[in-house]
Amino acid sequence: MRDLLLTRTTLIWVLLVGATLVSWELGHGVGFDSATSAGAAILIVTFVKVRFVVLDFMEIRGAPRWMRVIAEGWIVLCCALLIGLFLLAR
Amino acid sequence: MPGEEGVWLFIGGDLILFTLLFAVFLHMRGEQLTVFTEGRAQLNQTWGLINTLLMLTSSWCVATAIQAARRHQVQVTVRCFGGALACGLGFWIVKCFEYSEKLSAGLTITTNDFFMLYFIYTGIHLVHVTIGMGVLTALIFYARSGDFGATKLRNLESGASFWHLVDLLWIVLFALLYLVGAP
Repeated sequence: MRDLLLTRTTLIWVLLVGATLVSWELGHGVGFDSATSAGAAILIVTFVKVRFVVLDFMEIRGAPRWMRVIAEGWIVLCCALLIGLFLLAR
Repeated sequence: MPGEEGVWLFIGGDLILFTLLFAVFLHMRGEQLTVFTEGRAQLNQTWGLINTLLMLTSSWCVATAIQAARRHQVQVTVRCFGGALACGLGFWIVKCFEYSEKLSAGLTITTNDFFMLYFIYTGIHLVHVTIGMGVLTALIFYARSGDFGATKLRNLESGASFWHLVDLLWIVLFALLYLVGAP
């Protein structure tokens, strides 16, 4: 059991919880003076989390190369699309 | 490839659909910035945070269950899937509190466009959580007999991938609905 707890999966979970708390602080006015900058930062942190879930929990890191290319491509495009739309609302 | 090809086809289709839904949300936010900013302020961020932590923990349980199954540790596999199911149940309970809080404050799907999207998006996600809990229940019974051969592992991985999708969608929904755009 111990060797199942001390794994990369557990480390990723700790990082994801940490990133969630960082997003939470950013969403409550910590770190940035403008809501626009904070919102863009929250979206970037969100897609870093998404990448960890896709690569490590969904195990795309060890999947065939074409799957990883599609997954990483979607993450970048979706993140860019959402940040672009968010910034347009200024 | 972890799991069945068909599951990945479904996951891909779902991600395309949700990408459109996320884009529609931000597009409408751009057109009604005041309504969306006020709507976001009326959400209880603490419920959103608790549910995010439950989703992340459930995903960790599922990923650990798969690793345990590969080591032929039947009890650990079953317990980890059970832990994920408990987190899913917790998510449901928190959502019930959250919805009842909104409805008793007079905030419904017809209040404005923000709350229309809030109820539709979180409702669609809750359907995913419910289906995922059904999948997790099936995986618990499936894993109990042990004998983790290649086919069985592949089936477990397919169910696990679906649950991780549910987690992934919530991560983005939490940011869009509850966090971005705070004044």
